[in-house]
Amino acid sequence: MGIFPFLVVAWIVVVGLYGIVTSRDLIHQIVCLIVVQSSTYVLLLGVGYVTGGAAPYFWDIPQHTRAVDPVVQALALTDVVVEAAVTALLLSFAVQAQKKFGTLDPSQLVEFKG
Amino acid sequence: MTPRQRLWFFAIGAAGLVACYLWAFTGLPGFGNYPGPYGQEILRQAVGQTHATGVVSAVNFEYRGVDTIGEEFILFTAAAGMSVVLRRLRRERQAQPVDEAGSRTVPATSSAVRVAALLLVGPTAVLGWWLASHAQTTPSGGFQGGVLLASAFILIYLAGEFLTFRRLSPVALLDAVEAAGAGGFVAIGLAAIAMNLPYLDNYLPLGQYPGAVSSSGTIALISFFVGIEVAAAFVLIIGELLEQTLLRSA
Repeated sequence: MGIFPFLVVAWIVVVGLYGIVTSRDLIHQIVCLIVVQSSTYVLLLGVGYVTGGAAPYFWDIPQHTRAVDPVVQALALTDVVVEAAVTALLLSFAVQAQKKFGTLDPSQLVEFKG
Repeated sequence: MTPRQRLWFFAIGAAGLVACYLWAFTGLPGFGNYPGPYGQEILRQAVGQTHATGVVSAVNFEYRGVDTIGEEFILFTAAAGMSVVLRRLRRERQAQPVDEAGSRTVPATSSAVRVAALLLVGPTAVLGWWLASHAQTTPSGGFQGGVLLASAFILIYLAGEFLTFRRLSPVALLDAVEAAGAGGFVAIGLAAIAMNLPYLDNYLPLGQYPGAVSSSGTIALISFFVGIEVAAAFVLIIGELLEQTLLRSA
């Protein structure tokens, strides 16, 4: 088990990057970027996991139950929010690219200037 | 560069990246063995200190409160940035939405979709509100609740038309709500300074016992403000994208 979750992280990063490199469509490319970013959720939650630990919520379990790291879980939440914000902005750029060039194929956007 | 060359270039880079990744992972403490002294200390202290049984919320809205202000303003900035990027250009005018793929036949929204969406508006809004107001007790919080509150408005769009969605969520009101949510968080922190306490110090009564909805002082209040900020930001962002279907270049 030891390193397996981290191998999953590396795989998600590379498979997402592969998608970005080979993509022929900006929307598809943005989705691939989301895939790359979702690797960080697996990494954060994998790093903070404590064997046999409960979720860090003590509403219905005793206060000193062994629990997983709450700090990385809070970081994962930040991560999700940042992802939503970045995605929204990128999608609006894609809308403008479509308007300006009439295409979403990144290889045809080479004339993009300032 | 041809696509083939690009793929080779990527393969070399990816191989290097994977090698570095694997090398870095060998230095990690191993899955399930993370000592995390900071997290373990918070687990020991948080419930007693803040009376919040949701320790993730305690971290977000208390121990790392300043970071969360940054996080909230990332969303705020994204919504503002979108309205700048998607502003109506000089050569564009507003028109009835037209299907861009003219050859495709678009079925009218079925009454099943309309009824299901309408029926879900109420429960979604209640669930969102519940999540935004229970950060201190169970897995929930302003960010999660806010997104669900925003989905209630998206359901209205699904059940009706864009114009109904716009009437029910006027941009001026959303702007005001979003500003109130973001400003409320900052103001709660400033109020602490006015009382000669550190910024974002938890100065409200913590409630009698951990796990009550009324417990945890400023954590619950901040979560509420974050909830309305996130809801307004998401409705703005989605409305901004939907509005694009109404624009035609003249």
